[in-house]
Amino acid sequence: MAKIIGDIVINTERCKGCEVCVAACPLAVIAMSKEVNSKGYHFAMKVNNECTGCTNCALVCPDGVITVYRAKVAIA
Amino acid sequence: MGELRLMKGNEAIAEAAIRAGCDGYFGYPITPQSEVMEYLMAEKPFERTGMVVLQAESEVAAINMLYGGAGTGKMVLTSSSSPGISLMQEGISYMAGAELPAVIVNIVRGGPGLGTIQPSQADYFQAVKGGGHGDYKMLVLAPASVQEMCDHVKLGFEKAFEYRTPVMILSDGAIGQMMEKVVLFDQVPRRSDEEVIKQCPWASNGRPKTRNHNIITSLDLDPAGQERVNLKLQAKYKLMEQNEVLCEEIQCEDAEYLFVAFGLSARICQKATDLARAKGIKVGLFRPITLYPFPAIEVSNVGNRVKGILVVEMNAGQMIEDVKLSVGCKVKIEHFGRFGGIIPSPDEVVRALEQKIIGG
Amino acid sequence: MEEQFAKPEIQKPENIVYKKTDLMVDRPLSYCPGCGHGTAHRMLMEVIEEMGLVEKTIGVSPVGCSVLAYDFLDIDMLGAAHGRAPALATAIKRLWPDHFVFTYQGDGDLAAIGTAETIHACNRGENITIIFINNGIYGMTGGQMAPTTLPGMRSSTSPYGRDVQTMGHPLKITELIAHLPGVYYVTRQSVHTPNNVRRTKKAFRKAAELQKENKGLCFIEIVSNCNSGWKMTPVQSNKWMEENMFPFYQLGDIKVDGKLVEKKETVEKE
Repeated sequence: MAKIIGDIVINTERCKGCEVCVAACPLAVIAMSKEVNSKGYHFAMKVNNECTGCTNCALVCPDGVITVYRAKVAIA
Repeated sequence: MGELRLMKGNEAIAEAAIRAGCDGYFGYPITPQSEVMEYLMAEKPFERTGMVVLQAESEVAAINMLYGGAGTGKMVLTSSSSPGISLMQEGISYMAGAELPAVIVNIVRGGPGLGTIQPSQADYFQAVKGGGHGDYKMLVLAPASVQEMCDHVKLGFEKAFEYRTPVMILSDGAIGQMMEKVVLFDQVPRRSDEEVIKQCPWASNGRPKTRNHNIITSLDLDPAGQERVNLKLQAKYKLMEQNEVLCEEIQCEDAEYLFVAFGLSARICQKATDLARAKGIKVGLFRPITLYPFPAIEVSNVGNRVKGILVVEMNAGQMIEDVKLSVGCKVKIEHFGRFGGIIPSPDEVVRALEQKIIGG
Repeated sequence: MEEQFAKPEIQKPENIVYKKTDLMVDRPLSYCPGCGHGTAHRMLMEVIEEMGLVEKTIGVSPVGCSVLAYDFLDIDMLGAAHGRAPALATAIKRLWPDHFVFTYQGDGDLAAIGTAETIHACNRGENITIIFINNGIYGMTGGQMAPTTLPGMRSSTSPYGRDVQTMGHPLKITELIAHLPGVYYVTRQSVHTPNNVRRTKKAFRKAAELQKENKGLCFIEIVSNCNSGWKMTPVQSNKWMEENMFPFYQLGDIKVDGKLVEKKETVEKE
């Protein structure tokens, strides 16, 4: 048995906190941080493990700050 | 010796463009220069050399087509007349700022406003002092014959690419319309795309892996950057002033009086010189061929040897300011001109010399 | 910063399914947070990269917020005077017929000052791609009314809302030029949700392929947001766009294979 596991890496310094990715994610993986980056923006961050690597967030991000990984992982 | 033909000035411009290896002509009809585009359309240069000819929807569109073509390194030409050239001023300023090579022909007509369709020389300030916004200059050539209409196209393109600058050929409705013998130079092959890319490494024509992307722009939001651009332009113009002056002296060696005139007015003054000399007046003619860079040193050398200078130009007094700046205040300098499209006769010019310079 | 939900076993280069293309220059974009320009830029660059067109691409940028597009796109570009990009592109394509030539313009650039250049490039059927970012406002200069501003919509020069009596109706330039025989493909898309982004990318790809076939002018309008000009958050602006812009500027194909697509007329809000 295999499961699709996804992960995203967010370039928090380039994120402008627009929150468009939050609505785009079907699994509520993303929320905005309490901290701010060096430009003063709250940035996107993951708040759960549910990511499937669907790329919705990365597609819609105006600044292209999200890299998406996806792999098939065997479940023992 | 090249091919000899009897041609109209406007047609000579067009034929010279084809022979110089011009890649594209983009223009808009306006009297008295529409023959340039009409000749090009009839000649089908696309079949001769692959040259593109396109009638644009306005002079604004035409000058921006020039900007686009020049920005990719291609040899491009437009022609218009005074009101149309006014429409092109923004585009010319952009091309000067972006350092783009091109030739722009102004067949000047009477103005201001819609004016007339007869010849005039009232666009001198616009051409030489910069009709568009900002600190820039264009190399300005003033042909006085149909032969020069032809030769200045080839020369204009050479200088445009040598300095990366727009070049203006400042002619008028008479030279554009009159017919004279022309010796046409042999066809210079149009550059291939590879040759264009090689000759113009700065141009935006498709980024190969071997270089960074090129950007053609006249914008720099950083004022320090924009100042650097301006300093670069000024250095270029200094170089042009040192190296590109062209002028002609006719019967100046023993002259006691001087005509200074360009273009059609110079042709009239040539005749006026002969008429005056026949009356015993030792007058010579100094003819600037480049209006920018102005032959300041040369006209000063000749001008300071004579007792009086009559600047003859078909306007209310434009080039006379540059003559005065160059020659200085020790010599009497007066203007004679007709406006609105009237062409003065050689007799009128001689009378003006007698009344304003010799008699006065 | 510690990444609580990171899965380092998955974060390997061979598992990358989405990464910003290298044709986007690695520098921060100057656009406002949430602005659709960044997404539109990126989709266009993805298409150019995937089709191997970099060495043959010449782009023309406008005056407007995207005046600096040439700083963000790693392709050869020319910055045009306001409204004149289609004139530049006309000459460029005529002189380099085997290159992919596009313009990228905003609503003031394309439908106000550049109206003549837009219509005539379309009328001549220039074999170029025009990308039209329509956010119904002049962003760069501080939020003034645009030709595409909706009736009643506030802007800095229509502070009480656009009054069609004195200011005219919004100009549906896309529908106008779609009627010209030289125009082959016209579509209206958006980039505010993932599916719309995918559709926009498909539209860019289709236009690039059609240009290779010399089919005529391809015109792609992207209805986009301007949260700064509209004075909203990015998410609010996307919602406002769905509720107000889309009923007027309907998404979808307008002309395909040189034929207008049958559409029902939109009713203008009073």
